Amino acid sequence: MAIHTISVLAQDNPGVLSRLAGLVSRRGYNVTSLSVGKTHRPGLSRFTLVVNGDDVSVEQIVRQLDKLIEIVEVRNLSEDKFVERWMTLIKVRAPLDVRPHVLQTAEIFRCRIIDIGEDAIVIEATGDRGKVEACLEAVRPFGVIEVASSGAVALGRTGFGARKESPVAAIQL
Amino acid sequence: MMNGAQMVVEALRREGVEVLFGIPGGTVIPLFDAMVNAPFRQVLTRHEQGAVHAAEGYGRASGKVGVCLVTSGPGATNTLTGLADAHLDSVPLVVITGQVKTSLIGTDAFQEADIFGCSMPVVKHSFLVRTLEQLPAALAGAFHIARTGRPGPVLVDIPVDVQNARGEFDYPPALNFPGYSAEVAEELSGLDEARRLLERSERPMILAGGGIILSDAAEALLGLAEAGSIPVATTFMGKGGFPERHPLSLGTAGMHGRAQANRALCEADVVLAVGTRLSDRTTGRPDGFAPKAKLIHVDMDRAEVGKTFSPQVGLVGDAAKVLSLLAPSVEGKDCRAWRETLDGWTRSYPLEPAPDVLSAPLVIRAVRRLVDEETVVVTEVGQHQMWAGLHWETNRPRSFISSGGLGTMGFGLPAALGAAFATGKPVVCFAGDGSLLMNIQELESCSRYNLPVKVIVLNNGSLGMVRQWQELFFDERYAQTLEGVHCDFVALAESFFMRGYRVKVAEELEETLKEALETPGPALVDCVIPWRDKVFPMVPAGAALGDFLWPDGGPTES
Ligand SMILES: Cc1ncc(C[n+]2csc(CCOP(=O)(O)OP(=O)(O)O)c2C)c(N)n1
Ligand SMILES: [Mg+2]
Repeated sequence: MAIHTISVLAQDNPGVLSRLAGLVSRRGYNVTSLSVGKTHRPGLSRFTLVVNGDDVSVEQIVRQLDKLIEIVEVRNLSEDKFVERWMTLIKVRAPLDVRPHVLQTAEIFRCRIIDIGEDAIVIEATGDRGKVEACLEAVRPFGVIEVASSGAVALGRTGFGARKESPVAAIQL
Repeated sequence: MMNGAQMVVEALRREGVEVLFGIPGGTVIPLFDAMVNAPFRQVLTRHEQGAVHAAEGYGRASGKVGVCLVTSGPGATNTLTGLADAHLDSVPLVVITGQVKTSLIGTDAFQEADIFGCSMPVVKHSFLVRTLEQLPAALAGAFHIARTGRPGPVLVDIPVDVQNARGEFDYPPALNFPGYSAEVAEELSGLDEARRLLERSERPMILAGGGIILSDAAEALLGLAEAGSIPVATTFMGKGGFPERHPLSLGTAGMHGRAQANRALCEADVVLAVGTRLSDRTTGRPDGFAPKAKLIHVDMDRAEVGKTFSPQVGLVGDAAKVLSLLAPSVEGKDCRAWRETLDGWTRSYPLEPAPDVLSAPLVIRAVRRLVDEETVVVTEVGQHQMWAGLHWETNRPRSFISSGGLGTMGFGLPAALGAAFATGKPVVCFAGDGSLLMNIQELESCSRYNLPVKVIVLNNGSLGMVRQWQELFFDERYAQTLEGVHCDFVALAESFFMRGYRVKVAEELEETLKEALETPGPALVDCVIPWRDKVFPMVPAGAALGDFLWPDGGPTES
């Protein structure tokens, strides 16, 4: 079992999210995170799925997803070099007496403070999965009130030398 | 200028539709209205499940797209079983459903059902047409997707206001499916290894699935088999893909497959599986499937290769093409010793029924003798279906039609109706008493169109297949399977204004069948058979293919 990050480029028709999510749950795939957003091409969205599985079952996921008519391209990014970011917003207890400690901890993880209230603050942790999880653990002793997480977004690395043309540009819509 | 409903009719005409099955209702009145003078036939069934199975029967028999039109809400949800059935058996189908008007969608309006959402897991693709502008592309796309690649069912949901809206019609529109290719994305890098394996094999065999029929690859299969004298078993869905009268035919493999086919799979050193998804019904317990063999798996759907088994060699491509590419590597092979072993097994497990007792095998074989090779036979689901698989010698593609993947009771009669529209010839339907009652209302449709559908009821007064399991694996506790059938099928047939016959003894069989087959139009023959009969061979669920049950313990030694 290993963690795989799968990138899915899809036409953003109504229903495509249900189709993708339905396929994943119907076939019992073990999905840790699923995120979706628009791309620079109107009409195309990109899904990022993080799944847990052996190589054979992940290959099955890729192939089954690829069969969905509205899915234009599926890539298992983990087969190559890629960059990945998770973003988590953490509302953490921070009354004035401990606030400096909370801020200091946030600083260590290069978090941004995006909201401050009377006795709590909201910090934004961005990074790879390990960093975001570590950050959450680090502030837990102060008292975590709420958490919202984006799941992973990822892209294959551009690299140096002969760069493959972005496949998105070539797609006829 | 025309309205949306007229556009649908015009699109169907341009797609070459000959016949459409359906039932009208509130949200499809404009559509049916626009079809009054359409150049294709509209067939009224008596249940939407009947309509969709009829469209399947038409599609399976002809290879063309079956078309079905039903109203929103209950009409639409009644098609779900047929969609799922077509999805598992790769049947080209376009199901058009009416929908409440767009402004009411999502308000729980009268006869609103989210059929687009409900059907998602059981369609190849689906469209919810929200504007008139989307309509031509959805229709053209539906037919394109249903019939190309690995065929399958496509749903088109059309709100009633879109049917009534007026606009310019341009057809066919440019198709835009950047994520779908009608061509197979071939992956043939293993071809040389496959050739090598076949060339060196001593006990090779071919396992041919329904893909052979869908890809019109029967000729290529025959070519390869004969080139190397390689024995061929088919899956249940593959029946018809290889002539069963051929000396190289082993019959069907799988849960109720022929003994020689299943034993061959246990002993073969190379198995070339083509156009089969290697389902649990075909393979039995995975570690007991082809345990001594190197597996070469060929399919046009790359998701099937490696899904249930990891083959030594996986090839993605069109069956006919790949088989022709492989044929030279087996040229001149003989495999005589292997074939003699297999022929010995065939003799050890004879299937001939007793000639003097009325039984399902006896009836099936008698009908087989009375009709020609091209006659399409359709089955319902249960023991009678498996007996038909074992005893109905099938020699041509598309002449054996059955619900394989979903095992849908109630499929057979409406599918036979659809097949009769496809062939214009008599169609035989083997039906269990239980299955027939699931869509019995379609006798009325057969009668109204005076279709030559010959329903042969194999009446054991029992949900026989379940009863067989209960006898074998549940200590003979017959929960709900031996309740008897409190109806008279002959009287029922006659009440639908068709001929009905009853056969109780073997002596009367041949003559009655002859009469029923020769009578123009539909007929029903109620054959009363023993409720205790079981289908053998049988591989118990979860057992290895080689561990099939056979009456009286073991084979007759040859
Ligand atoms: C729609 C549906 N419901 C239930 C079943 C489960 N089932 C499989 S075979 C069978 C009995 C079929 O009885 P009958 O049509 O009389 O055929 P027989 O086995 O007696 O030949 C049943 C209930 C099914 N396959 N399909
Ligand atoms: Mg029965």
